[in-house]
Amino acid sequence: MFVPCGESAPDLAAYTLLMPAVSVGNVGQLAVDLIISTLNMCKIGYFYTDCLVPMVGNNPYATAEENSAELSTNAEVYSLPSKKLVALQLRSIFINYKSKPFCEKLLSWVKSSNCAKVIVLSSSHSYHRNDLQLCSTPFKYLWAPSVQKSVQNKSHNWEEMEKSPCIPEINDSEFCIPEGGNTKTLCDEGRSKEIPLAVLLKFVSKGDNIPDALGLVEHLNEWLQIIKPRCNDPTASALLWKIPSSWRLLSGSSLSPVLF
Amino acid sequence: MAATFFGEVVKAPCRAGTEEEEEDEEERRETPEDREVRRQLARKREVRLFRRQTKTSLEVALLEKYPCSKFIIAIGNNAVAFLSSFVMNSGVWEEVGCAKLWNEWCRTTDTTHLSPAEAFCVFYHLKSNPSVFLCQCTCYVAEDQQYQWLEKVFGSCPRKNMQVTILTCRHVTDYKTSESTSSLHSPFLKALKTQNFKEPPCCSLLEQPNIAHDLPAAVLSYCQVWGIPAVLYLCYTDVMKLDLVTVEAFKPILSSRSWKGLVKKYTRGNMSADGPACACRISPRAQRY
Repeated sequence: MFVPCGESAPDLAAYTLLMPAVSVGNVGQLAVDLIISTLNMCKIGYFYTDCLVPMVGNNPYATAEENSAELSTNAEVYSLPSKKLVALQLRSIFINYKSKPFCEKLLSWVKSSNCAKVIVLSSSHSYHRNDLQLCSTPFKYLWAPSVQKSVQNKSHNWEEMEKSPCIPEINDSEFCIPEGGNTKTLCDEGRSKEIPLAVLLKFVSKGDNIPDALGLVEHLNEWLQIIKPRCNDPTASALLWKIPSSWRLLSGSSLSPVLF
Repeated sequence: MAATFFGEVVKAPCRAGTEEEEEDEEERRETPEDREVRRQLARKREVRLFRRQTKTSLEVALLEKYPCSKFIIAIGNNAVAFLSSFVMNSGVWEEVGCAKLWNEWCRTTDTTHLSPAEAFCVFYHLKSNPSVFLCQCTCYVAEDQQYQWLEKVFGSCPRKNMQVTILTCRHVTDYKTSESTSSLHSPFLKALKTQNFKEPPCCSLLEQPNIAHDLPAAVLSYCQVWGIPAVLYLCYTDVMKLDLVTVEAFKPILSSRSWKGLVKKYTRGNMSADGPACACRISPRAQRY
């Protein structure tokens, strides 16, 4: 359930909700971290749930000593009223069999909040790509018809996620998103609750997925124009995204000199 | 997929957790008998609170049954030993309940005489001030049981006028730092506190990218979300078994303002070894001193 930080629940009517799928390489979660950190979004509440593994830590977006002591939990909601943007960040994995109940509760809350649309940032494992997908862009989209209208006028070289059989040789064409975590469940729930939901995903391999997250937010930015590029040079825009302070030591502590 | 050193291809664990598709596939293929087995397993894994003396279950959540101004929770052998030695020996504590749970790692005991080798989770209150509660928990509370434990202990009406302190240990190799871990002088204490905890903690705060998890994180998250003042003291140690040096690393907490009146002044000479956890053998590291 959503628990606001302040006394009353904020009004999220007509806001765009960005959220990650907990998927291969944690790319969606890294992408949402970049968005919250770059836009300096304010925490407005928690999504208190028994569906995610508990964890706590100090402020992952700290920029100074003064703001480093704010406690963060596993599911928090941030907003930027000037752009009518709200972001949900998930920082841990789902407990067994709790992914579907989580998606149901979350989208019920989204429906009651009257958000304009939901954008899920996700990923799928690149080794599952078929021949056609190997030759095309690794960025794919899936969206409800109600979202399509708002994207129509933008010029992108995006491609729609192809329907492919989840089991080879079996002719059942549905969306198969290998290692996409709860992406498919969110799509199915979104469709049944008639929520305008879009998925942006990238085919990735596990490893250092920071470049994948940067690529995904760049693509999202082409659509939503969250941040304006400084100039027309597309290679410069990657520098505009602020890496959160909590991304240090992603490979663990320094090695002991005794080893060498 | 990944290849091992010997060339066999195995399914590597996923950083993003259990495969969604596998769970969906399992649920689609589930027969009524499978569903019944899953229901029975869920019932077996339920967390129950009861009174050992009368062998009766607690009908309501522990802190809904009793008023609480202070709640100290020790999780793990060393934290439990610290409370036994320094806090429980300073007053008379009465047992008010016990958590009974089972998971793949442990089963809590039903007996009234606890031994250090057994896993237990017992709740006490101070006879001279019954609003002061203490929990000693040596059992592992699994991920799917942590939320239940919170509901059974704290209930559904969180109280903002109580203060919660949680003590636990982690292995020093879990601590991420730009220095090499061999240069760290363990054991050492770090703190995490909720927004409404206004007292200065007894040690430095836990720096990012370090995090806490398991039951201590579940309790602290609950307190943060519901606005309860709470602090978690994490002792990073290289000895996770019962160890005198690790137990003593918690001593700075004794000087907390909120712990005034709870503890007698202790010197090494008069430290008592009462309490179930302290009756255990001392670790080899302590024997070297």
